[in-house]
Amino acid sequence: MSPNELSSYLIIGAILFCLGLFTVLTRRNAISVLMGVELILNSANINYVAFSHFSSGNADGQIYAIFVIMLAAAEAAVGLAIVLAIFQLFHTIDVEAAETLKE
Amino acid sequence: MSVSTAVFYLIALITVISAGMVAFSRNIIYSAFSLLGTFMGVAGIYVFLGADFVAAVQVLIYVGGILVLILFAVMLTHRITDVEVTNRAAGRIPALIIVGVLVYLLIETLRVTPWVKTKELVYAATTANIGDLFLYSYLLPFELASLVLLAAMIGAVVLSRKEIKE
Repeated sequence: MSPNELSSYLIIGAILFCLGLFTVLTRRNAISVLMGVELILNSANINYVAFSHFSSGNADGQIYAIFVIMLAAAEAAVGLAIVLAIFQLFHTIDVEAAETLKE
Repeated sequence: MSVSTAVFYLIALITVISAGMVAFSRNIIYSAFSLLGTFMGVAGIYVFLGADFVAAVQVLIYVGGILVLILFAVMLTHRITDVEVTNRAAGRIPALIIVGVLVYLLIETLRVTPWVKTKELVYAATTANIGDLFLYSYLLPFELASLVLLAAMIGAVVLSRKEIKE
């Protein structure tokens, strides 16, 4: 493992992905689930930038990473607005409590 | 071991440890603050990969935007006094087994795969190149992105307003 090898970056990405997956699988708190999704998106971004840096050398992978960051911002805004709406309705953010689509 | 290698190890360690705290901490506020270490560490990794613009965007949007948003949501919804609402261990052991097997398989695959050695790495400023790509090759996705952001903004406002019923 060294900063000049592709595999070291991919290993960091794999570990981040698995920790994010663990967070999404075990938490029932909606905000924690969103945090796990952010970890997974970050690991995907590391892979994009690493492959772009070590394969072609042009900035295509970085462009994709920026798009992913942008979509993550949109996802966080809408997701947290939904969480706040659920909290006002059910007075909890346990994802298992919010199982009805209508009041 | 040179200085840059040591710094790389330090950044990788910070990233992985704070991601582990996000995953395993029982207190959601500790989880939210640990995300700061993960996001900053990932920005440092981008610097090592020669992606200066992406690193700056990471700090601006993730640390300055998403993290603050998550902290606001935690403070607004979570009753600070009862800490233990999260993580009542529905499937902690099965999830740990699944994730352990997955991380083992991924890392073994990465280690066994013969990655092609590349040319000598050059570190140059990428911002002008990225700007060119956004306005020539990726113009349509760029414009669609602005539409998506507008829709997300309106959606967030609509979802979080108070409805006044007659």
